[in-house]
Amino acid sequence: MANRIRSTGTRAVILRRRDYGDADRIVTTYTPSLGKQEFIAKGIRKTSSRKAGHLELFTHSALQVADARTWPIITEAATIESFRTLRTNLATIGAANYIAELIDRFTEANDENQPLWELLLLALRELDQAADDDAAPRRALLLRWFELHLLGLTGFQPQLFHCLSCGEALEPVQNFLSLSDGGLYCPACATGNRDLEALDPDVLKVLRYLQREPWPAVYQLSVRPAIMLRMENVLHRYLLTILEYRLRSTDFLHHVQG
Amino acid sequence: MQPLAEPVSQLIDAFSQLPGIGPKTASRLAYYLLRADDAVALNLAHALEALKANTLFCSVCHNIADRDPCPICTSDQRDHGTLCVVEEPLDVQAIERTREYQGVYHVLHGSISPVDGVGPDDLKIAELLQRIREAESDSVADRPTAPVKEILLATNPNLEGEATAMYIARLIKPLGIRVTRLARGLPVGGDLEYADEVTLGRALAGRSEM
Repeated sequence: MANRIRSTGTRAVILRRRDYGDADRIVTTYTPSLGKQEFIAKGIRKTSSRKAGHLELFTHSALQVADARTWPIITEAATIESFRTLRTNLATIGAANYIAELIDRFTEANDENQPLWELLLLALRELDQAADDDAAPRRALLLRWFELHLLGLTGFQPQLFHCLSCGEALEPVQNFLSLSDGGLYCPACATGNRDLEALDPDVLKVLRYLQREPWPAVYQLSVRPAIMLRMENVLHRYLLTILEYRLRSTDFLHHVQG
Repeated sequence: MQPLAEPVSQLIDAFSQLPGIGPKTASRLAYYLLRADDAVALNLAHALEALKANTLFCSVCHNIADRDPCPICTSDQRDHGTLCVVEEPLDVQAIERTREYQGVYHVLHGSISPVDGVGPDDLKIAELLQRIREAESDSVADRPTAPVKEILLATNPNLEGEATAMYIARLIKPLGIRVTRLARGLPVGGDLEYADEVTLGRALAGRSEM
C-alpha cells in the first residue's frame, strides 16, 4: 500500500521566519491547538510564490501542512487577517515584534494554550487599530496589559494581592517587590530584607487593575506617564528575571517609540 | 569501522559548514571532487582563494567589488544623483540585470528585524546619511559625485524590508530629498486568485492608465 502523507489544517500567526536553502523559509508560528510550531514554506522567497503574501510576519492565516521528516511542509496558505494598518507604522511594527518575541520565548512546541492564542490575536487586532502616532499611550497600555496576561497564562503571574510571606492582603501603602520571588511583601515582612524594592501604591493599583481586568475594561484607562514608565520598568525586569536573557526586540521598540 | 582519510573528512567538514549543505551532500561533493579530474578540484581551490584574496567591500556603496571604489561608483556614465538602497549585494545584480536603472547603489547588508536582534545600527544607514552629506558638500575628489536628488528604496517587499524603508524615509525626508519606493503589486505570471489582500490592495492602489 502506498504511504499516505498526513495533512493537517490549522490556523496560525507567523511569529518569525528564517531563510533556508535557496528559496525556502522556516516559519515559526503560534497555533490555537498545536501551540508553537515550526513549518517549512517551500519556494516562498521567489516572487512567483503563491504562498509568500499569506506567510508574512504577524499574518493570521489558515494553513494546510503535510507531515515531513524534519519540518511539516506548508502546502496551502490563505490569509484570515493581514493586519494591514499595523504594517504602516514603525511603532506598531516594533510593538508587534515585541509581542511575537514574547510569545516565542514563553511557549513550547505542542503546548496547546487556547487563551494565549486569543490573547495574541486580541493584541494584534488592537495594534492594528492603534497605528496612529497619537495612539502611543494606548499602545503602551496594551503592551503592559499583554505582559501581565501573558505571565498569568504561562504560569508566571506575579503575586500582587497578598504578601508572599504572611499571605495577608496587601494594604494600599508602600509595599516591597521581589522580582526573583515573583511578587510583593508587606512592610512588616519586608523589614530587614535588602533585596526588595519599594513599590508605590499608585503603581501597584494600576498593575492590579491591568492583571485583573479584560482589555475592554482597560483600554480607556488614562495612566500618568510616570506610572506607565515605572510599570514598564518593573515588568521588563521581571520578564528578564524569568527568561534570564535580554529580549532582542526591546531596543528597536524603544528606538521607534521615541 | 575504518576511519575516513584525514583530507576527505576535512573537506566534508568544510562543506558541511556552508548554508543548506548537510553531511550527506557534503560527502557527495567531497567524493565527486575525489573522482573528478585534478583540474576541477584545482579550479575550485583557486576560485575560493581568489574569492577571499581579491574581493572587498566598496567603501562608498558597500557592495562586493574587486576594487575600491567599485566600477559603478567610479563610472561617469551613471547618475550619481539617484541612489538605490538595497538590502544585499545580490539585489544589485538583480536590478542591474533589468538594464533599466542608471543610478548608483547603497547596500545596507540586511534589513531591520527586531525579533532577530537586527536594528538600524547594525545596517549601513549611518554610512548612507554620511554619503548624502558628502555629496552635498562636494568634498569627494577621487570619483564622480553629485548632490543626491532621489533615494530609491528597493528593500524587499516584506515586513522587514518595509520597516527598513519606512525608517530610512523618516530620516531622509526632512533633508528635502525625493524618496521613492519600488512599486508593489502582482508578479508577472501570477494568479489574482492566489494574491493576498495586502498585495492585491497595493496593486489596486497603484493601478495605472492603459
